[in-house]
Amino acid sequence: MEKTHFTQEINMTPELMARIEELCSHYPADKRKSALLPVLHEAQDAHDNWLSIELQDKVAEILNIKPVEVYEVVTFYTMYNRRPIGKYMFEFCQTSSCCLRGTEDLMDYTCEKLGVKIGEPTADGLFEVRGVECLGACGYAPMMQLGDFYKENLTKDKIDQIIDDCRDNKIILHDK
Amino acid sequence: MSKKILLEKINVPGIKTYEVYRREGGYASVEKAIKAMTPDEVVEEVKKSGLRGRGGAGFPAGMKWSFIDKKSGKPRHLVCNADESEPGTFKDRYLMEFLPHLLIEGMITSSFALGANLSYIYIRGEYMWVFKILERAIAEAKAAGWLGKNILGSGYDLELHVHCGAGAYICGEETALIESLEGKRGNPRIKPPFPAVSGLWANPTVVNNVETIASVPWIVNNSGDDYAKIGIGRSTGTKLISASGHVKNPGVYEIELGLTVDEFMNSDEYLGGMYSDRPLKALIPGGSSVPILPADLIYKTTNGEDRLMTYESLSDGGFATGSMLGSGGFIVYDDTACIVRNTWNFSRFYHHESCGQCTPCREGTGWLEKVLWRIENGQGREEDIELLWSIQSKIEGNTICPLGDAASWPVAAAIRHFREEFEYHIRFPEKIKNRNHFVAEPFSQVKHLVTKQTI
Repeated sequence: MEKTHFTQEINMTPELMARIEELCSHYPADKRKSALLPVLHEAQDAHDNWLSIELQDKVAEILNIKPVEVYEVVTFYTMYNRRPIGKYMFEFCQTSSCCLRGTEDLMDYTCEKLGVKIGEPTADGLFEVRGVECLGACGYAPMMQLGDFYKENLTKDKIDQIIDDCRDNKIILHDK
Repeated sequence: MSKKILLEKINVPGIKTYEVYRREGGYASVEKAIKAMTPDEVVEEVKKSGLRGRGGAGFPAGMKWSFIDKKSGKPRHLVCNADESEPGTFKDRYLMEFLPHLLIEGMITSSFALGANLSYIYIRGEYMWVFKILERAIAEAKAAGWLGKNILGSGYDLELHVHCGAGAYICGEETALIESLEGKRGNPRIKPPFPAVSGLWANPTVVNNVETIASVPWIVNNSGDDYAKIGIGRSTGTKLISASGHVKNPGVYEIELGLTVDEFMNSDEYLGGMYSDRPLKALIPGGSSVPILPADLIYKTTNGEDRLMTYESLSDGGFATGSMLGSGGFIVYDDTACIVRNTWNFSRFYHHESCGQCTPCREGTGWLEKVLWRIENGQGREEDIELLWSIQSKIEGNTICPLGDAASWPVAAAIRHFREEFEYHIRFPEKIKNRNHFVAEPFSQVKHLVTKQTI
């Protein structure tokens, strides 16, 4: 049976809490729920890029809303991960313009090189390959998202370099 | 050379920074509007300009502004729609990434016109590095006194924030965007009431696209009449076009509306012709949701006139032979592209992005995807073409928001213009064994195998 519940260590650091409060200040005091999406991004970035139920409950508590209000948002938007994922998630755009420029072949190449299927992390948990819908970089196709950044005009050589850079810890995932 | 309004300063070194942007004349429209104009006068200039919403729908921006409810006494809001997600469209990101202060200037001037004291830029979550660029630019503008309390000593207050989405195309629809900005799922609302009456937190709200708002500073600085002189007919001003697919020079271009499609496609100033010099097969001029045009309808309208980059010419006066300018997402296909595979690709996108609120869209988009997938993979049945036609016709016009139409139009146009290609897939499954089946043997070479009478 597929595992559906995962746990993670929750660490709401003072820096993270300060950023969350700053985000909440962008909305009227009685509209704190409006900060939910940006706050979830911050919480996720600070917790290995995924959101356990417990972390979602914590966000609900901070924003003073019901847990279900967080669950229904987390399940709707594709950028929130509800299970542990590869540290380096290669999210290839698989929509029209990227396909015209060979994204499907590049995804096959990447999976073969890493020895994984789409949606499965590597055994060391370092990499995962996923196909996503349009990332709005059609003129720089084929491309993928890695953390907060785009890697564009991809070729097999560029993929090789990115994988090497990840293994050498040279890739910055978030712009903080 | 087309006149540049939005990208005029794009090559000035350091134009991303407040210091350089201001030195180059930035924020002049805020100064002019706040010190020398009333909010109604700013709205009037935008009306005179004929500026049409650049997000895709093309509704006159000044008219949209004039609908905002000023009598309710409730706070008003301006929300910039930067949730660019339509396949083929990547122009707003370019503007925000390289000219963030232009958007912020437009937001301040436009907020003043609308009497809004709290405004937001809603950006798609995937553009996270652009989100950070905008955050930093807003902080610079605030430090310089263009935001906050009593701007330029006028008594006008404005707070501006950037808000990120989290991966949902539907949030580009204005009421879904508002729901998302309220911290909810992006389910579109039934209209009326329109956001101008009941929008963000039930307050009067205007939602405008990035490019629309970024055009406002030029209009205020130079006058609406001068803006209306650029372009042609009811397609006034300039437009950002984002080009992708099989062209030599993909990228973002600012054109004067009225340029011929031929010049845009083939001149070295713009796309420079086809990638690998292969024959042109098809074109989508306005993003994935608008109808595809076959090669023989790309440069000429059905009346035999040159097809222009305008709202009117691309739509062929509303006939089925036309398309739309839409968001300006210009996708070009050469003869190696498979229209069936491309249509399936779009259907997968719309199925994935349907919010699931309306049954025709939730069920119909998945059904379209499924039928197209089996045709593309050699398991199509003779009746499948009519089935696709029937499904798309039952989605169109039967949903709360336009995503249903966006999902159905590409299928209808593909069948209308490329029916023989669908028939070929169904009749000759052995010839479409891999996804690149037209690379070695383009459809033009095997077209003789099918005729319109075969199915």
